[in-house]
Amino acid sequence: MGIVEHRFGENVLTTSIDNLVNWARKSALWPMTFGLACCAIEMMASGAARYDFDRFGVIFRATPRQSDVMIVAGTVTKKMASVLRKVYDQMPEPRWVIAMGSCATSGGAFKTYSVIQGVDKIVPVDVFVPGCPPRPEALMYGVLKLQEKIQQEKFLRK
Amino acid sequence: METKELILNMGPQHPSTHGVLRLILSLNGETIVHSVPDIGYLHRGIEKLAENRTYLQFLPITDRLDYIAAFPNNLAYCQTVEKLMGLEVPPRAQYIRVILTELNRISSHLVWLATHALDIGAMTVFLYCFRERETILDLFEMATGARMTFSFFRFGGVADDLPREFIPKAREFLEAFPACIADYEALLTKNRIWLARTRNVAVISAEDGINLGMSGPSLRGSGVKWDIRRAAPYAIYDQLDFEIPVGQNGDVYDRYLVRVEEMRQSSRIVRQCLDRIPEGEIRAQVPRAIKPPAGEAYSCVESPKGELGFYIVSDGSERPYRLKVRAPSFVNLESLPVMMKGGLVADVIAAIGSIDIVLGEVDR
Repeated sequence: MGIVEHRFGENVLTTSIDNLVNWARKSALWPMTFGLACCAIEMMASGAARYDFDRFGVIFRATPRQSDVMIVAGTVTKKMASVLRKVYDQMPEPRWVIAMGSCATSGGAFKTYSVIQGVDKIVPVDVFVPGCPPRPEALMYGVLKLQEKIQQEKFLRK
Repeated sequence: METKELILNMGPQHPSTHGVLRLILSLNGETIVHSVPDIGYLHRGIEKLAENRTYLQFLPITDRLDYIAAFPNNLAYCQTVEKLMGLEVPPRAQYIRVILTELNRISSHLVWLATHALDIGAMTVFLYCFRERETILDLFEMATGARMTFSFFRFGGVADDLPREFIPKAREFLEAFPACIADYEALLTKNRIWLARTRNVAVISAEDGINLGMSGPSLRGSGVKWDIRRAAPYAIYDQLDFEIPVGQNGDVYDRYLVRVEEMRQSSRIVRQCLDRIPEGEIRAQVPRAIKPPAGEAYSCVESPKGELGFYIVSDGSERPYRLKVRAPSFVNLESLPVMMKGGLVADVIAAIGSIDIVLGEVDR
């Protein structure tokens, strides 16, 4: 895809195509299940019967190769950090990251020798969702914010 | 033809390892020769953290040990500190504690059943279980304000009384719940695929289980009638009427049956408590500064995973000198290599699911 990306000026054709591409990308955000700790249970609850993430086109995939967004749900330790980075590198572009919960955002309650103080030290993060753990509604709001962000991105345009 | 063992790495990022467990499997064809669990991917230094916090400040951290069942963690920790300080808990508080802990046992077993069935391939059970779990979480939210991490118990009692709407809502849930269990059983218990995947899979004998220090439903599946609620009753369990289900063969299927029956027994306990709950104080007279006298104490409860104990050494200051958690998941995990030896690689996820580990508690 490198041939056409970011090469054209603003005109009615490029903005329309960008709109279409962004709409397609945001409407089928497949997250990878990167459940680490407590937040993973709330992430599962978000996908289950009451909150039903499928409504937003969010379908959990078990492999990084098939997913667009990584929801880092839980405490990232130093031992886990290299694994997290490796999995992130395996995801095809374009890819996004949601840091779910205080631990992934800033280390949370665990300011100790073994915990990474925020996953943004390992991978670039698009949306931070606060809470310990965040409610499914909060995660849902985070995903909607990410969709808004994706809608602003430029594909053909410089 | 020359053959050699294949080393297969499973995890730490694997959808069926229930967190961040890593298993290093040595395979001969499809048979497991040897397996080594590699833990520590969620090591947060919780025991060290305790030494730098006051007794009350550590309470919210206990929620994050076994995050699926936070009430038993709160209970075990408060009980140990109460033992150190020699505090008596008023009866109403004891009843509130038992009601919430037993409801938490049901919700924990629901998460276990949901994920275990999902691993083996039954998607519907996952959706059903989470539906009922949300109803229980509504009750918790009503009482404590939180869905998962409650920090509701206090030394010498509980933080607040139950709201007035709690008891009718809890009764409503308990009335609807037996039909839900029947639904799960209709989907699984006599399902031929489920039987083929769980019967005579990952068998562990009672003797091996005891020698490895296993506890909880994972041990009871092998036919050992060992439950802290009966063996060393705490709170008000000696006044309550309930059965301890045990299995016979010690396979994945028996552990499944034991947990399903435990959900029924827990609803029975909650029903009895709702009928008998007395009026009165919810917290004993507790000094403002929690400074237990110098000494040590160990106290344990039957958490949904097994024997959960806290061992605290106090030097008379407001912070624990040393705190050790006896986490059931950690000990039960040691049975995994024994269970899986000689089994098929496809059954690994069934074995992991059946011992119901929570990595927050294993790694601490």
